[in-house]
Amino acid sequence: MTGARRLMFWSGVAALCAWVLVPIYLIALGAFGGRAAAFRWPKAFTLVNASLEQLATFLRIEGVWNAALNSVIAASLTMALSLLLGAPAGYALARYRFRGAGAFRLMVLLTRAFPLAILALPLTVVFIRAGLYDTPFGVALVHTALALPFAALVTAGLFAGIPRELEEAAWVFGCSRLQAFMRVVLPLALPGLAAAAIFAFVISWNEVFAASVLTVRNRTLTAYLLTVLAESPLHYRFAGGFVLIVPSVVFIFAVRRYLFALWGVSNR
Amino acid sequence: MAGIQIERVGKRFGGALALDSVSLDVADGEFVALLGPSGCGKTTLLRIVAGLETRSSGAVRIGGRDVSDLRPADRGLAMVFQNYAVFPHMTVFDNVAFGLRMQKKPREDIERKVRRAAALLQIEPYLDRYPAKLSGGQRQRVAVARALAVEPAVLLMDEPLSNLDALLRLEMRAELKSVLREAKTTTLYVTHDQTEAMGLADRIAVMQQGRIVQADAPTTVYSRPASTFVGGFVGSPPMNFVKVTASGRSARLDALDLRPPADGDLLLGFRGEDVQLVPPDEGMTFVVKVAEPMGSHLLLTGSAAGCPVRVVAPPTASVHAGDRLGLRPDPDRIAWMSQDSGLALDGHA
Repeated sequence: MTGARRLMFWSGVAALCAWVLVPIYLIALGAFGGRAAAFRWPKAFTLVNASLEQLATFLRIEGVWNAALNSVIAASLTMALSLLLGAPAGYALARYRFRGAGAFRLMVLLTRAFPLAILALPLTVVFIRAGLYDTPFGVALVHTALALPFAALVTAGLFAGIPRELEEAAWVFGCSRLQAFMRVVLPLALPGLAAAAIFAFVISWNEVFAASVLTVRNRTLTAYLLTVLAESPLHYRFAGGFVLIVPSVVFIFAVRRYLFALWGVSNR
Repeated sequence: MAGIQIERVGKRFGGALALDSVSLDVADGEFVALLGPSGCGKTTLLRIVAGLETRSSGAVRIGGRDVSDLRPADRGLAMVFQNYAVFPHMTVFDNVAFGLRMQKKPREDIERKVRRAAALLQIEPYLDRYPAKLSGGQRQRVAVARALAVEPAVLLMDEPLSNLDALLRLEMRAELKSVLREAKTTTLYVTHDQTEAMGLADRIAVMQQGRIVQADAPTTVYSRPASTFVGGFVGSPPMNFVKVTASGRSARLDALDLRPPADGDLLLGFRGEDVQLVPPDEGMTFVVKVAEPMGSHLLLTGSAAGCPVRVVAPPTASVHAGDRLGLRPDPDRIAWMSQDSGLALDGHA
């Protein structure tokens, strides 16, 4: 690399890191620094008088734990449903050539282009009629719709990376199709499937719009915080934001290797 | 142990004809090589026998039993794949034991058979390792051991040596032959490498455009090809074909008198090593363009009667580019072909 290109490269890297890290850092400052740090200007870049008090107080807010539980339930259901529905679609895309496979791939992705806001009202009506309104399961269904395209496409890439001959060898040596899948394909796909599952979990955990529209009392954590924190002091909002960010960051960090592999960036 | 009967098997991919009513009998314990250029349908045929590909017509019998509609698992066969297809998440032992475990054999039985197959292919030291730690040649041994461990009635091999480098391929070829001879397994072996087919097989089935054009012993395929295609595909250098016009069951090429079995426009087919080099006025005239000393022999490339000809001369022969020689093919080893059909004339069609 020449000097100019090297400079471009590293300034790009620095900008991208700052894009993600600076807001997280500022939120952390507000969350741990208390009222003083939240309102101080210019911002100090080191923590003074760090305390866990805001976080502790935040966690004592009525309903936070209940909302967190709802979030976990909704995210777990989303994870299970999007994998159960998405992985077979991904397997079909990877293994079978059928008319319209390319169109199907595109359609799957296009579902994400459909604005949820337009769906919100009719969906609410349908959910109320079906008795799904204000339940974590109802939220999970919508979140599954959001996570499914990723689950299908990511698992398609995953299954396509497992040579077909391995499955054929299993058939020849006495396996039925299901046995071959369970004994050969599944063990090889497991790390990637786990990554796809956690990705679905994070999508649900972070989603706020559908969760706010479709729940009243049984809110998920994001939806609950949106309403509660709007009336709270600034440093509690920081604390709440920090609590929301941490699990997703930890999850994504834990499975980063597989996400890189899934998206075609190898050797990380 | 069992033979394979392939009865008028046809296969279409959309509009394209991949196999055109192919029939082939492989006797119990016989080793038959399916030989042909890429795209001739040999792998498709093998996969239909294995049950990995559906057929459009015809039937496949193994040991007299119609297996055409059975799953691969129920056909009683084993297969070695071109890219080995060794399971990467299992140790070598588990790989070799895979088929036996699927058959729910007792534990001691599995242990004994895996050890025997491993000993046969000399992979005993690696039984606890994962395939990622093995070289290509070792993985191939694992794949063969996995196939032999189940003591299959029929063994199918799809270009098993093509991913190995030249030296290893030669070594594995010899070893495969001795191992399979010992196991006495009926084997159908797909290859595009004619030396592999010649060296390994009891019988070679040469395929061209979805048909078997000749199925004979290697020496017969080599010296009595059924068509100009077989003569040109089998053997290196390929068989020479020189145009001859015959009448009254006799023909003359320069100073050479020939006794063809038919009249009309014919092709005189002969192998490069089946000729005698004589002075120019005693045989057909051969003009040398290139002389390549190959060590074991001297390869002469040139033309005779307007047709390209390659001749294998003794390594000590003193021949140079531009020389004019006479060629006298061994009359017993001449293969006569029709110019129109490209088929052999002496009953080998």
